[in-house]
This record gives sequence, C-alpha cells and structure tokens, in this order.
Amino acid sequence: MFADYSMGELGAIFAMQGFAGLILFSVFVLMALGLAIIFGQMGVINMAHGEFMILGAYVTYLTSNLFSEYMPALFSMYFFLAMILAFIVAGALGMFVEWALIRHLYKRPLDTLLATWGLSLIMQQIYRSVFGAREVGVTIPEWMMGSLPLTDTIEIPINGIFVMVLATGISIAVYIMMFRSSWGKQVRAVTQNRVMAGAVGINTERTDRLTFGIGCGVAGVAGSAFTMIGSTGPTAGQLYIVDTFLVVVFGGAASLLGTIASAFSISQAQSIMEFFLSGSMAKVLTLLTVVGILMLRPQGLFALKLRK
Amino acid sequence: MSDTPKKPNKQMEASRRSVLMGGTALAASLFVPKFLRAADYPTAAVNTTGLAVTDDEVTIGILHSITGTMSISETGSVQAEKLAIEQINAQGGILGRKIKYIQEDGASDWPTFAEKAKKLLVNDKVASVMGCWTSASRKAVLPVFEQYNGFLYYPTFYEGLEQSPNVIYTGQEATQQIIAGLNWVAETKGAKSFYLLGSDYIWPRTSNKIARKHIEKLGLKVVGEEYYPLGHTQFNSVINKIRLKKPDVIYAIVVGGSNVAFYKQLKAAGIDMTKEKPLLLTISVTEDEIRGIGGENIVGAYACMKYFQSLDNPNNIAFVEEFKKMWGDEIVIGDVTQAAYLGPWLWKAAVEKAGSFDIDKVRAASPGIELTTAPEGYVKVHENHHLWSKTRVGHAKLDGQYEVVFETAELVEPDPFPKGYQ
Repeated sequence: MFADYSMGELGAIFAMQGFAGLILFSVFVLMALGLAIIFGQMGVINMAHGEFMILGAYVTYLTSNLFSEYMPALFSMYFFLAMILAFIVAGALGMFVEWALIRHLYKRPLDTLLATWGLSLIMQQIYRSVFGAREVGVTIPEWMMGSLPLTDTIEIPINGIFVMVLATGISIAVYIMMFRSSWGKQVRAVTQNRVMAGAVGINTERTDRLTFGIGCGVAGVAGSAFTMIGSTGPTAGQLYIVDTFLVVVFGGAASLLGTIASAFSISQAQSIMEFFLSGSMAKVLTLLTVVGILMLRPQGLFALKLRK
Repeated sequence: MSDTPKKPNKQMEASRRSVLMGGTALAASLFVPKFLRAADYPTAAVNTTGLAVTDDEVTIGILHSITGTMSISETGSVQAEKLAIEQINAQGGILGRKIKYIQEDGASDWPTFAEKAKKLLVNDKVASVMGCWTSASRKAVLPVFEQYNGFLYYPTFYEGLEQSPNVIYTGQEATQQIIAGLNWVAETKGAKSFYLLGSDYIWPRTSNKIARKHIEKLGLKVVGEEYYPLGHTQFNSVINKIRLKKPDVIYAIVVGGSNVAFYKQLKAAGIDMTKEKPLLLTISVTEDEIRGIGGENIVGAYACMKYFQSLDNPNNIAFVEEFKKMWGDEIVIGDVTQAAYLGPWLWKAAVEKAGSFDIDKVRAASPGIELTTAPEGYVKVHENHHLWSKTRVGHAKLDGQYEVVFETAELVEPDPFPKGYQ
C-alpha cells in the first residue's frame, strides 16, 4: 500500500491522519460531555440528547439568518453569539423538561428512558413542522471554512481546529464547575446520597434542575459546533446518539475523566482502523472491542468508588 | 416541508387557479381533437374488476413517507404527484373522470408501507398507486402489489435487478445512470483512476459494482472502494486515504445526513472541487440534497442523472413555473421529483390507450407509451417497464443549481439485468 510513496508524502499523510484522529476525539468529547453530566451524575438516560444538540444547530441556523438579514457586517462573528444562544435555549428547555417530566421519574430510572425517547420523537416532529422535513443549510463564516496549510503537504481543516479548541474549553469549564465550585460539590453530594444531601440543607430539586439544564446546554453548544461538520435536519440528532452513549458507558458512567479517556481511545481506534480497513469494518471492530472490554469490566474504564 | 400547497388564502387562490386552469383546459379542448368524455366510456365497460371508478371519478393512491427520516426526500415526490393530478384534472381528467387521491403515510417504516399498500388495494380498490422511494420500501410492497394485482409507479433512480409486472419504474436503473457518466468523464476529462465511495447498503454497492466493471472494461483503474454506515458523520480518515491514492475521480454515492458531513469535510480538508484535482462525480446528490449541503460546499462537483431543474426546454420551464406556483418560490426540484411527476401522466396515457382502467389492460398497454410533454424531454416506456431516457451530467454551481454540461445524444435503453455487470 505504501511502496509507491516517498517518506515525505507518507509523513504528511500520517500527520494529517493524526489530526483526523484528534478531531474525531474532540467531536466525541463534545457530544458526550452533556450526556456525561446528565447520565453520569443524575442517572437519567436521556434519549433526547441528540435532539437537544439539534436544537443548538437550529438556533445557529436562525442566528445566521438573522445576521445575514440585519447585520451582514458582523456576519463573520455570528458564530460565537450563536453558541451562547444555543447554550441558553437548550439549557432553558432542559430545565423546563426536568421540571415537567424528569423530576417525577427519579425513583424509576428505567422509565426515564421511555419518557425521554418519547420526548425525542416529539421534538423531531416539532422541528419537522417548524423548519420542514428537509435539512437546512447553515452558512458558515468564510474564515471558518477551508484549511490551514501547515507545510506544503500538510493541511489541517480550520473547523477541526475550532472544534478541538471548543472541546478543550468546555471540558475545562465543566471540570471547574464540577470540582471547584460549590454547585459541583452539591451535585456530587446529591449523586452520592440524595437523602443525606437534603438533610444537610442542599436544595436537591434546584440542583437537579440546574444539572439537567447545564447538561442540555452543553449539548446545545455541541450541536451548534456540529453545523460546521454535519447536517442539520429534524432527525440528525439520531446520528449522534449511539456514539454518545457508547463513549459515556465505556468511560464509566459517573466519571468525567473516564468519558474523556474513552472518547480518546474509541476515536483513535476508529480513525486508525478506518485508514487501514474499510469504513464499515472499522465500525464493526470498534464496537466488538468495546463490547469485549465491557464484558470484562462492566463498570467501564473509570469507575467511581463509593459506598452503596 | 409541508405537502399541502403554500397559499395565504387557500380557497380564493384555489378558485382563481381553477378558473385559470379551466381556461387552459378550454383552450386545450379546441386544439386537441380527441377530448374524452365520460359518457363515451360507460363505467361498466372501463372497469370490469371492481376498482374505485365511478361515472365521474377515479381513485388512486399516493403512498410515501411524510413523517420519519425519509420525509426529507419523499415530500418532493408527493408534491410532484399532486401537481400532475391537478393538471390532469384541469384538462378534464382521464376518460372523462376526475382523479381523486387517497394519501397514506408510509412513515419511513417498511412494514408500514406494506400494510398501507394492502389497505389501498383491498379496502380502497385504487386504480393505481404513486409511491415508495427507497428500494427497501419498494421491496416491502412488491409482494402485496403482486398478490392483489395493483399497479405501482415508482419514481426513484435505483439499483436495477428487478422487473415486476405490477410496477412501472419512472426513475433510471443503475446502468442508465452510471455508464454514460463514466464514459463522459473518461473521454472529456481524461480520467484514468477512480476512487469509489458509498453508504453501506444495496444501492451504492450494486451501483459501484457496475461502475467498477465498466471502469475496468474501459481499461482504467479503480484505486479504492469503500463503504460507510448510513448516518456516518466523520470522513476525515477516508479523505486522507483519497489524498494518498491521488485518484483522478472520486465517485461518490453517499446518501442522507452523511452527504452533508462528507461534502463539508471535503471542503474543510482543502480539496477544492472547482480545480477538479480530483474531480468529484456523484449520482446521489440532486438539487434537493444541495439545500442541506450548501452550494458553497459542493460547487464544482459533477452529478450524473436524467433531470436537472435548470434544463432548458419549454416543457421544463413550464413545469418549474407551475411547481413553484403551487408549492412556493423557495422550492427546488430534483431528479426524483421530476420522475414522480411522470407517474400520473404515464398512467393517464396507458389508461387512454387501453380504453379501460382494468389493471391487466393498462399493463398490456404500457410498453411503448410515449410522453412528449415530460420536463426531462421525450420518454418512452420499455417492454421491461423502465423508461428510455437521456442521461445528463450537471456541474454544481454556487447557488445550488446544476449547469448541464453534457447529455447523451440518444435515449439510453434501460437494462435492469445488465449482462457482464453482475
């Protein structure tokens, strides 16, 4: 396969392939962070995670239309505002959903699966009725498209770099919130022992609502970023949901570090195998490996040690 | 996208339209010598098998997904079929009978398609059905149509390898779509090597199989062939592989949401399709799909199919205008939408030739039916129930439309079971 190429060419291809792996890693982290907060910390199986991401994508679409209509001069900057709006809208809807639906089901975690799956169908149909069944095209500012020539032969996609920076930023922000803020302490306390947390004066209801809202908000930001690399349509959220759960479960549901480690290993395995084998085969082998490891280690890569 | 006409004041507009259309119909009746009246065709004579035909109405079915994943694609077909039905009715209908339709939703679910097909045939006794989009849905309804002797007009370009007495295929089968495009790219662009890429299911795999055989017949080289699961959204690895192999042509049959991801990432990876190094040739991206992909992400690519909205002929100009009048200015029309539009017209021609709605008679009358008013130009039904049609190559422009750069001189014969290509 490589006989006809010079060392320089091969080096360039492998460098670009390395970046492709890192970009996939960042995409996985972005997808999984919101779910890791909701599923990992609260134990809610949120099947509507993909739809919250697509909500972020639609918010980005609306913002881009708004800017090109009323403020074409600022169009190149709209993306940042769109991401903030995506966080707010998806987060607000998340808090509403928690209040209306999820909080009644904390004692029945498996029922959240059905309830949120129903929610995902409802959201899909709402998107379809409002935005139409066809995918919408989100116009990306010129500077975010194309690639950055690192050397003569190595080219790095700009949107990939953007996703990488964003994933790093959000991971750090989530880390600080979870482990360095009083809200994070409360979340962790409620996760570990709801009754006791209530007894020492933590408002568990408010903590739950905020946690769910932030998880959905992060999903919204991810969806907003994915308008650069994927499609925006009523059912596009379904494309992400399997990979997202895969990453979170494989990482060990309750551990954020585990989520990141699992995103890294799955993305690297997949991107390397995609390069040497065919696409479908790579996916099959990745899934087989994950299934194998989970059989040996059902709690995932990193498990939180806590007394039950 | 809604499948009811976008009109601010529906009733008033509708009445104005019918007045207009009535005018056209009247004008048409002066020029068309044989204006068919129901009285000349008594119901007992034209309907001997108990179909839903009365003295002034005939009922047909429309069976597409208007909910679920496939509604993205199938909505256009529903719109085209309704337009055709409305136009036929405005001209006086078929054998003097107005067409009434019953619309069922296949809901992107293949067993549902089969169930609804049975309902249309058994309960509603429809005289024909316009419907289905994916091969999977067609395969699901096929036994139903054959058991209850229904008649289906199927609009999508597809992989071939099928020929049912109960189906008329108004889209192209694989060889019609593929071979002319490959010849064109080899002759005019001097392409020597190809990279075949597709979503992982029957249509891309069968199509690429035919493409590979043909490329090898031409004495050219396939340097890679690859499939990705439906819904795959990360194409950076394969893009690197393509870079490594340096093919002259990327032959892409990626579908659905993956399409959008693929073209966006190709562009982001610095592969500028307008430079044609490599050139990108696809058979799966119509104007409909470009709306989701974004014109700026696919400008410079070539697509090979039988119809483009930009076709410059009087039939098509009138068709596009009528379509936009009924469904709004924003709409784009892709290959399958046009093929769906042919369904009701082909059925009308077959019924009039047969002088009967009986399915066996319509089937016998179908081969040889010609349509000179088709937006794509002249088409003709082959013995094998597929259409003779021209194949064209379009060059994607920034505004999401294709510029036609090539069309076959002759109609291409449909060949659903190509010898030497399997």
